[in-house]
Amino acid sequence: MISGARYGGELFWSRLRAVICILAVLYLVAPLIIVLIISFSSAPFLTFPPPGFSMQWYQNLFGDPTWFGSLLTSVKILVPTAIIATAIGTAASYGLARSNFIGKPLVTGFLMAPMVVPVIIVAIGVFGVFRKVGLFGNLSGLIIAHTVLTVPYVVATVSAALTVVDQRLEQAAMTLGATPLVTFRRITLPLILPAILSGLLFAMVISFDELVVSLFISTPTVRPVTVQMWSNIRGAVDPTIAAVATIIFLFSLLALVADIIARKRTRLES
Amino acid sequence: MHGISMDKESTTIATLELRDVRKLYGATAAVDGVNLTLKRGEFLTFLGPSGSGKTTTLAMVAGLQTPTSGRIILDGQPLDPLPPYRRNIGMVFQHYALFPHMTVAKNIAFPLEMRKIDGEERKRRVAEALRLVGLPDFGDRFPNQLSGGQQQRVALARAMVFQPPLLLMDEPLGALDKKLREQMQLEILRLHRDLGMSILYVTHDQEEALVMSDRIAVFNDGRIQQIGSAEELYERPISRFVAGFLGESNMIRGKVVALDSGDCVLESRHGRLRAFNTAKLKTGDQAVVAVRPERLTITDPSIERENLVKGRVVEVIYLGQSRKYVLKTEDNAEMTVLQQAQDAEKHSINPGDEICLEWRGRESNALAAEG
Repeated sequence: MISGARYGGELFWSRLRAVICILAVLYLVAPLIIVLIISFSSAPFLTFPPPGFSMQWYQNLFGDPTWFGSLLTSVKILVPTAIIATAIGTAASYGLARSNFIGKPLVTGFLMAPMVVPVIIVAIGVFGVFRKVGLFGNLSGLIIAHTVLTVPYVVATVSAALTVVDQRLEQAAMTLGATPLVTFRRITLPLILPAILSGLLFAMVISFDELVVSLFISTPTVRPVTVQMWSNIRGAVDPTIAAVATIIFLFSLLALVADIIARKRTRLES
Repeated sequence: MHGISMDKESTTIATLELRDVRKLYGATAAVDGVNLTLKRGEFLTFLGPSGSGKTTTLAMVAGLQTPTSGRIILDGQPLDPLPPYRRNIGMVFQHYALFPHMTVAKNIAFPLEMRKIDGEERKRRVAEALRLVGLPDFGDRFPNQLSGGQQQRVALARAMVFQPPLLLMDEPLGALDKKLREQMQLEILRLHRDLGMSILYVTHDQEEALVMSDRIAVFNDGRIQQIGSAEELYERPISRFVAGFLGESNMIRGKVVALDSGDCVLESRHGRLRAFNTAKLKTGDQAVVAVRPERLTITDPSIERENLVKGRVVEVIYLGQSRKYVLKTEDNAEMTVLQQAQDAEKHSINPGDEICLEWRGRESNALAAEG
């Protein structure tokens, strides 16, 4: 009897926990869902629930040169940013993981700083410097700034993977005749590749999503989509912004799924 | 894998020499002046407790660690300027270190690939190596699909397939259970005999060292305490550490009162003792007599003579083929005696019995009391 009552009590608590979890998830996801629904609205302004269904805001997004241009600018920034940040971040992680030198914590801290320093501080700094060196209002400047912001994410994921890779595998490869470069290419790289891809995806998503620094160093001619959204929302607000938000959301979701698949594959291999 | 069998002539040529090799980590010496010569085709084991410097020494030979000072010479060539990938030394790691993303065949082919051996030759050699370690049909598997013993064989095949003149093994059987370990010991010995390569083997398992080695180097505190054949080390340990680490020894304190044709005569609480002067002691030295449990015999105490110790049995341990008795002597020191089952069954000995032990002086060693 006692154990039955206790079992009943446990059941109650586990159900309560489930309900709380579902509510929490709803709370987090609801705004996204609402934006997603509004992006298909037939009304010319942001309203919920929408009076009817239409694809006009997506048509507007891809048809309007300002919107489409800014979307294109974002892609032009995020692709090189992700590639450069992944290369730099991977190299830095490897160097930090496999060597010991004076000032190593300092270098690590320096690399990771953009993750902890308030973005607005970074933005002001970047703004001040880039204006003087001709990186203001052009793609190169935005790519460099986004690279600085995304490198820490690559370093974090790749470093975590490197601590898992047994260093004796690299040592074994060397005793078998592989130079350090060959060892990295044939042993280390394949083993940390999922983490590198994950870092690449992270970098893309963060660059795509970045607003604050972009706001400071972009101009109306070179304007990523987030900045366009920002200026749009302060003027005439129409559901095009919801369509953009939906696209960014789907892009992040896609990256997340790709990451999960990559991780699953590694687990199967190791 | 062919034709590396060595004739008698070349067995005297040294292949590896370590001269005063040191490795410091800050102010502490992990390896503190190691000297040794490994002969061609020899199986030499580094035996010692963990942290005694044996693995560090091995890593320096492989090139994975850089000596702080000293020289390592392979076949007359100094190894120190060479990075590990130019040394052409095979190494088997403690946890196998197989590449998890490559099949067994790819793992074994890796050193051949690095040496630009391609096509049919590579295939043939991989197949040969797999056959040699008894895994001919395992080429397409991944390491995680193999048992520990099988992984160990693959690691062995990978380290041998490029026919290095020297093979290093760092506690290769440490992760296997006892039965598999004994089986692998014999297989490694067979491969060593068949292929004739020189082997440096690291272990902290003294039994393994006794079974496998031509010679054993006992490490402690970063130094080689003694190097010699298993029999030399077991029968004539030159220090208390070696006597205690390799096998079991009873230690009886005493003072050297005379030297007599290679023996020490000592005065102790148990009267006069005689032991072989292994540590080259002088009259007046504080010493211990180290005597193996199996060298002690149970005897009649009525006649006073040398090498006689009385004690009370406190424990009788049944070991199947033998019996072990633990004694407390008059001065409250512990001694152990090992008797073969047949001898033990002649007289029944129980806890509480007073017995008397004796041994032949030549079968015990007089060693310095310290160190």
